[in-house]
Amino acid sequence: MLYVAVAVRAFRRYATYTAATLAGIFTNSVFGVIISYTYIAVWTHNPSAGGYDVSDAVTYAWLGQAMIMTVAVWGGGATDDLAARIRTGDVALDLYRPVGLLGWWLATDLGRAAYHLLTRGLAPTLVGAVLFDLRYPDGPVTWLLFAVSTVLAVVVSFGIRMLVTASAFWLLDDTGVKQLQIVVAMFFSGLVVPLVLFPGWTRDLAMALPWAAFLQVPADIWLGRRAGDEAWWGLIFQAAWAAALLGVCQVVLQRARRKVVVQGG
Amino acid sequence: MALIEVEDLSRTFVVRRRTGRVRRTATEVRAVDHLSFEVERGEMVGYIGPNGAGKSTTVKMLTGILVPTSGRLSVAGVDPSRNRVDLTRRIGVVFGQRTTLWWDLPLRDSFELLRRIYRIDGTRFRQNLAEFCELLDLGDLLDTPVRQLSLGQRMRGDIAAALLHDPEILYLDEPTIGLDVVSKSRLRAFLREVNAARDVTLLLTTHDLQDIEQLCSRVMVIDHGSLVYDGSLAGLHTQGGSTRTLVVDLVDPLPDEGRIRVEGASVHKVEGPRQWLSFPTDASAAPLVAAVAASYDVADLSILEPAIEDVIAELYSRR
Amino acid sequence: MAEVLTRLSWALRAYLLLAAAWVRVSMAYRASFWMMTVAQFVVTGLDFVAIVIMFANVDALGGFSLAEVAFLYGGAGLCLGIADLLLGNIERLGTRIRMGTFDAMMVRPVSLFAQVASDQFALRRLGRITQAAVVLLWSIVALDLDWTPSKVLMIGYLVACGTAIFTAFFTLGGAMQFLTIDAAEVANAFTYGGNTFAQYPMTIYPREIVKALTFLVPIGFVNWYPSLYVLGRPDPFGLPEWLQFASPVAAVVLGLVAAWAWRAGVRRYRSTGS
Repeated sequence: MLYVAVAVRAFRRYATYTAATLAGIFTNSVFGVIISYTYIAVWTHNPSAGGYDVSDAVTYAWLGQAMIMTVAVWGGGATDDLAARIRTGDVALDLYRPVGLLGWWLATDLGRAAYHLLTRGLAPTLVGAVLFDLRYPDGPVTWLLFAVSTVLAVVVSFGIRMLVTASAFWLLDDTGVKQLQIVVAMFFSGLVVPLVLFPGWTRDLAMALPWAAFLQVPADIWLGRRAGDEAWWGLIFQAAWAAALLGVCQVVLQRARRKVVVQGG
Repeated sequence: MALIEVEDLSRTFVVRRRTGRVRRTATEVRAVDHLSFEVERGEMVGYIGPNGAGKSTTVKMLTGILVPTSGRLSVAGVDPSRNRVDLTRRIGVVFGQRTTLWWDLPLRDSFELLRRIYRIDGTRFRQNLAEFCELLDLGDLLDTPVRQLSLGQRMRGDIAAALLHDPEILYLDEPTIGLDVVSKSRLRAFLREVNAARDVTLLLTTHDLQDIEQLCSRVMVIDHGSLVYDGSLAGLHTQGGSTRTLVVDLVDPLPDEGRIRVEGASVHKVEGPRQWLSFPTDASAAPLVAAVAASYDVADLSILEPAIEDVIAELYSRR
Repeated sequence: MAEVLTRLSWALRAYLLLAAAWVRVSMAYRASFWMMTVAQFVVTGLDFVAIVIMFANVDALGGFSLAEVAFLYGGAGLCLGIADLLLGNIERLGTRIRMGTFDAMMVRPVSLFAQVASDQFALRRLGRITQAAVVLLWSIVALDLDWTPSKVLMIGYLVACGTAIFTAFFTLGGAMQFLTIDAAEVANAFTYGGNTFAQYPMTIYPREIVKALTFLVPIGFVNWYPSLYVLGRPDPFGLPEWLQFASPVAAVVLGLVAAWAWRAGVRRYRSTGS
């Protein structure tokens, strides 16, 4: 119950930045338009590229814009707050808190993600729906699967961002690692080019990496490209990465605690 | 002509507040209200007032950052709002807790940049730097990036930076805030030296009244945008209508919690055999003491001077 | 006139002074500097890899070959990269205002714009510039064009005007922060968004968007129109050919608008203090 309260508080905190949200929606929409037209160009030349048709591709473009902030592809979110606390040394307090550090920050990040889904996820999708012919999930089951998949996407992203942030316990500054993570995430999440377009073995590789859980899996479920068993396998793929990453986070944070105890921050 | 001339200066702000989900109302706030004063070359003036009284708005107008709504303003013979850039060479500004130095640059590089930005003559720059380094004890800090300096060290760096180009006026916003006692007194000594040896006019805003007591011959008190006092520190007591207190320790408490009755003073507090009598600051204590001693059995006597904080609080509360 | 020139040259010198100081700071951590620069190179490189991946599925985008798209991509990237290097940190203005350090800039005898633009000048952005330049050079080699002196000149002209246009957009974004700090992200839609628009041939967009990008938000003048000339292509939308030479006009007009907005922003700041 505590974690729900933490999530609700995070949601409210983000809800105070109305102007920033509107500005972000505008920017997401502009990029949505550009990417849609590049995809239209691709699928005009090759109508079945990557197994998608043109409406799949355009829908994918807008889902990508919706997911940027929700999944925090560009980093940021709760883990940035933690990074600040590591810099100031306040994190020592967190490490001694009775509730799990990981659970606390995950709850905060899910609260943030909920806010971003309802604003910067929903609004650009509506803009896209007005401007283009989009495809929608074909039934309540698909909607439900998509919702679960989105939550798992946030958890996987949280796990990666958490590891990046935790690097600050050892490196003085996590900016470099963070930048690198953003780039890899941008590329391998399929935000610029859908992973289905990757040629040959690079496609199989990209599909197996955790970043595929950010956008490609939820989008495929939404589009019905992963239906039935395929959808379930998608969720299992995401859940496996989520579990693995959170497990590693737990170990890393334990090490960090020992380090803070020994060195006093 | 005085160095700083302020005549009928006003500055209003429009403050928009949310009154509904979308609706906003605009209210006009007068931050500085028909302010007039003059500061002569070489003066050290303390500018005090509660938060939001208009201190920093005044300083921002004096430095040309803000344009006045109305009134006339002349600093070192120029109008700050029109000739902001020209004025910058003739004034130095220290913004208290916010450093004007380059956060990531070593102090030495910051100073060197300032030399080139202000186009300070090479010899003059070296002289000034050497002198400030000695007086402010900056020598060992020159190669440290500003972000690694302590608050006190940074303040010293900031003050040196503001003086390198030999300004005629130095504005200081809370120069001693957050400093320890030793740093404070060292800083004050330096400012007195700068004022005496270089004839730099000082205007400082502060909450620390010791700054005023130790530095300023003149105090200006602002509240709600206008001056409520302008004069010497001593005069502030008279103006503030403050009272001195005679503390009388009687041999025995008076029966039935009785109070001492004496001409020219009144008891404002009784605690057993001890009674506090207040009397005007400009009255002499001698006849009062004599009168009390004549009528009562006195064990001990002492006089309390009014605390400047109380005087100023009294000034504010009168408005 | 002479006074304006003196002021301009002084602003430029001050800008160089301040930028040089930041370069010295970054060079103090040489290893870190090179890592960041190379990282930028790779990062923006992935951006181009994305386009290459698209071309693994098609042989043309909007009727343009990979080499031609690379020419557009390199041109736009070069212009944005240089503008970003020169004054990308203007987007920190809002933070400076909020922290009160902008006031400190106002009491120095140097152009505010020069101070804000040079703030934390980051030479590592050469990484992006180099990446764009490499793509541009590759495209030029791959294209095998009929080179004439005027086409060579056109490339220099493209970079100059395109940089000026992006510089103006960065300035407009900075000026906007005098009004509202929270909505600062809108500027990204014009700078980085504009760059993304310009990376692709305009033929993939509908006619209305192309017109808007020509006459309203002059992103088309960054590289599309000059590139048509270099690539020797007639305007696919049948727009007049003189547009291919109108980039300086667009740059000057937008520059004037940006300068006006900046001055208005400073004026507003000085009369509201916020």
